[in-house]
Amino acid sequence: MAISKEEIIHIAKLADLNLSEAEIEKYTKDMQEIIEFANTINNVNTEGMGETIGTNEKVNVLRKDEVVEFGNRDALLQNAPSQDEGMFRIPKVLN
Amino acid sequence: MELYEYTVHELIEKLEKGEITSETLTKSYFDRIKEKDNKVKAYVSTLEESAMKKAKEIDEKRKAGKPVSKFAGIPIGIKDNMCIEGTKTTCSSKMLENFVSPYNATVIEKLNKEDLVYLGKLNMDEFAMGGSTEHSAFFKTHNPWDLERVPGGSSGGSAAAVSAEMAPWTLGSDTGGSIRQPASLCGVVGLKPTYGLVSRYGLVAFASSLDQIGPITKDVTDSALLLNLIAGHDEKDSTSMDMEKKDYTLSLVNDVKGMKIGLPKEYIGEGINEEVKQAILNVAKKYEELGATVEECSLDVGKYATAVYYIIACAEASSNLGRFDGIRYGYRTEKYDNLKDIYRNSRSEGFGPEVKRRIILGTYVLSSGYYDAYYKKAQKVRTVIKNAYDELFKKYDLLLTPTSPTTAFKIGEKTSNPLEMYLADICTVPVNIGGLPGMSIPCALDSKGLPIGFQLIGKAFDEETIFRAAYTYEQNSNFRENKPTFKGGDN
Repeated sequence: MAISKEEIIHIAKLADLNLSEAEIEKYTKDMQEIIEFANTINNVNTEGMGETIGTNEKVNVLRKDEVVEFGNRDALLQNAPSQDEGMFRIPKVLN
Repeated sequence: MELYEYTVHELIEKLEKGEITSETLTKSYFDRIKEKDNKVKAYVSTLEESAMKKAKEIDEKRKAGKPVSKFAGIPIGIKDNMCIEGTKTTCSSKMLENFVSPYNATVIEKLNKEDLVYLGKLNMDEFAMGGSTEHSAFFKTHNPWDLERVPGGSSGGSAAAVSAEMAPWTLGSDTGGSIRQPASLCGVVGLKPTYGLVSRYGLVAFASSLDQIGPITKDVTDSALLLNLIAGHDEKDSTSMDMEKKDYTLSLVNDVKGMKIGLPKEYIGEGINEEVKQAILNVAKKYEELGATVEECSLDVGKYATAVYYIIACAEASSNLGRFDGIRYGYRTEKYDNLKDIYRNSRSEGFGPEVKRRIILGTYVLSSGYYDAYYKKAQKVRTVIKNAYDELFKKYDLLLTPTSPTTAFKIGEKTSNPLEMYLADICTVPVNIGGLPGMSIPCALDSKGLPIGFQLIGKAFDEETIFRAAYTYEQNSNFRENKPTFKGGDN
């Protein structure tokens, strides 16, 4: 089951990436090789096996739902590419 | 002997006896960086001004007889994916080129309590994705043993800096081998602790179920000292384990008598360089001479670990990197008319080619129609691999393998074929898949004069046995008599 160029274009769209024609060519070829390699896991019998999500004991870590003030709004906002009066600035969304 | 040549445990003694000051020590590292880093290129940024200021403060405290930590005034270098408040954390990506950390990572909070001095931030593969540090968006780091070769990766800057003695020790992070493999290729000691031993808070996430922070050091003693400082439960990382704090230096015992070591035959067979294989067999022999039992065993399902790893790690990465949208932090495109353009163009211009490749792979394996066949199946195989380790550890205290199938490869040798680069991780990724601790210890030079490391894998949260065996090997061998040559690459 080889991955097609159309699939790569679709996947890139889902991931919010624009790809050039050359990138589409390259990633299609790379993905075909990598997925073929990934398919080797089908050789493993996993009947009756659970899924390992984390590796530690599966305990739910609970905590009280309490607000902790970060306290340094300026430090957070200084990394915003565009800000205005303490808010992140984006282009107009509603017409 | 120059100050930068000492191990940290030696430097602590000198500071405590008043033979040296933190100021002269810290300066010796910056002098060394000025001398060597134009060739090695390990540092993305240096913090000379704040480091020298801090060093002087510590010296004054010590001089005045005020109580200070025994680590006070010891310099350290940090991989550039861990946040130090008020300084840049770039992940060696254009995406975060100007990102200033608004807070400290938990490991940094812990080091601050001991008054360590930060030398700077170290180069890496972009977002820790790679095994050669060639995927840094800024520049490539060179291996101090041969400047035409890679230092390994993704913590290539952290390993090269210790190897070139531009830092006495450093922190790296390891998702599939990113501490151990560069440590092996640079001839230093690298430890990936058990998943959950060290808090990941403030470490820029790559694959959250696999990432761990760990020490890269000149010797095993320093590794135990640094793990003592960074290990421990943190409520800000719900996957960090709440357990009693250990003193790993208690495991620095020169004795492996009665220890049972398994030697999985798959890692001394096909695909492993002959000289590397020979070096590992010599280590096995040494352990037997020292009183341990070494027995061949099998980790057959280990051969699926790399495929499982790339499915799971990329799936998690594609999700983690979704946050980079050009709005709250990070790179923003100049070309946009609407919000969607900002997202898409910022990501397309801000991420490098390997990061995009992994986001595409991760998005693919999570997408409708493929989720069960890849992501879910990989998680099941992960269980099979974990079970196989559990079985082996019923019989053995430790497993012994090479850290890397080859010694350092040439810069550019593997960049055109991503799959070939991924296979450089075959010895290290199974350990992350199992969530186990693993350490790389240098043991020999190959015929080209390049370091070979061996890997010890332990049971979950049993770093002690690794330290004991690693320390015993180190005490009965002499790798540290070798020094990097800085040969080649006159650029």
